[in-house]
Amino acid sequence: MKLTHWPLAGVAALLLTMQAQAADGQKIYAQGGANPAAMACGTCHGADAMGMAAAGFPRLAGISAGYTRKQLEDFRSGARSNPVMQPIAAGLSDEEMDAVAAMLEARPAPVFASIGRAEKAEGVGPRLALRGAWERNIPECVACHGPAGIGVGESFPPLAGQSTQYLSAQLNAWRQGTRKNDPNDLMGHIARAMTDDEVQAVAEYFAGLEHKGGSQ
Amino acid sequence: MRTYWLTMLAMAVSGASLAAEIKMDDQSQLTQKAAKGAGENFFQPPQEKDLPANAYGELVQHGRAIFVDTQKYAAEYVGNGMNCTNCHLDQGRKANSAPLWGAYPMYPAYRKKNDKVNSYAERIQGCFQFSMNGKPPAADSHVINALTAYSYWLSTGAPTGQELPGRAYPEVPQPKGGFDIAKGKQIYAEQCAVCHSDNGQGQQAGGAYVFPPLWGKDSFNWGAGMHRINTAAAFIKESMPLGKGGSLSDEDAWHVAAYMNSHERPQDPRLVEGSVEKTRVRYHANDGVNLYGQEVDGVVLGQGIK
Repeated sequence: MKLTHWPLAGVAALLLTMQAQAADGQKIYAQGGANPAAMACGTCHGADAMGMAAAGFPRLAGISAGYTRKQLEDFRSGARSNPVMQPIAAGLSDEEMDAVAAMLEARPAPVFASIGRAEKAEGVGPRLALRGAWERNIPECVACHGPAGIGVGESFPPLAGQSTQYLSAQLNAWRQGTRKNDPNDLMGHIARAMTDDEVQAVAEYFAGLEHKGGSQ
Repeated sequence: MRTYWLTMLAMAVSGASLAAEIKMDDQSQLTQKAAKGAGENFFQPPQEKDLPANAYGELVQHGRAIFVDTQKYAAEYVGNGMNCTNCHLDQGRKANSAPLWGAYPMYPAYRKKNDKVNSYAERIQGCFQFSMNGKPPAADSHVINALTAYSYWLSTGAPTGQELPGRAYPEVPQPKGGFDIAKGKQIYAEQCAVCHSDNGQGQQAGGAYVFPPLWGKDSFNWGAGMHRINTAAAFIKESMPLGKGGSLSDEDAWHVAAYMNSHERPQDPRLVEGSVEKTRVRYHANDGVNLYGQEVDGVVLGQGIK
């Protein structure tokens, strides 16, 4: 590269930086992305990003940016199949995905009391959540998703504060093979070992955990 | 890799001549001869729902709580980020995962480690000292009473003094060409880091460890049974990744166990006169396959980390 090209490179870098700064997560969430196909997130996920339980639209507030970013990418590539989200994700630029994911992580999440393996567990849902079903190699949900299923790191999303509709739809998607974007099939192999009743019961369990304070 | 084997060979030779001096830490170095016959079931511990609603049932539940959330319920005796159930899956119930019903009925037992007949309480004290890198609770403490009650309850109906099938981590044969730490590193990145993090530090949520640290200051110490590569390989093959036990090949289980145990961790509390070499000769030279006191990538392991 000739020395004279350096100022040009500098301008290009500056433009890229400006573009990254221009992606305003809050604006994308409320009004949609630059591409009209990328419709406003808040329309379905709620102005407070707490989701819409009855329709099965999940809460996004407080969820790890790494997790949200990966889901958007997977909707775009089709690794996670969803007729509503696929065209929206395809309409978002990488910078817009980064911005909206970071904004959502910073939103206050509901706070839940810690419920771990030490708690008593009566009924199908609590038993799966806190004891697992090891005779079928199903670990306790809390073993990976954390106490009360509050979520752990970038790969294990929160279960607490999601609706029965959303949680059961995801478990069923794994059972049917329409969702297969988990690392090393860690969730898929568990979901496929579960019965219909167990899917419903464990989804109801996590949806029913009461939060204390938080954003709502 | 060649150098490890040469060193180990040299150690095996010198170890034989020093055999009288060696006091092994024999925790979880279990004999494997108790195999399950075809069509035979593993011992079935009782169900939680059948626990009596009385003082005994309550003590058992306390023991269970300590076992699954040792961080919280026995905090003063724990010096790292581990819980009992990290190594004894399904609350200490699972066959081939060192279940409590396989251990409890074998005590009292003679142990070379301290050259006497040990009570079950003394055995649990060892767990706290090594695997939990902490302080042993007193034999008459609530923690020991509750864990003993839980183990006793899980062993309801089990024969005493008999090695039950499923009591150990099933042994995994060593790869013919030896273990390969570099391969283990790659397997770790692909299969383990998603839970245990890139540098083995585990992951926390809500202020507590969810995924246990595998090395470093918050992991088990150099005196724990899991520091043996053969023991770790057996555990990993049977139980890891969580819920997908048996999915790694025997070779990969060894490679990744070697990678895990080629990192620094808290010092062996039996450290002899401040010397890693003396400690190696006395406690590690004849204790399965391990890297304590050995050179890996130009550094002698076993320095300890706080």
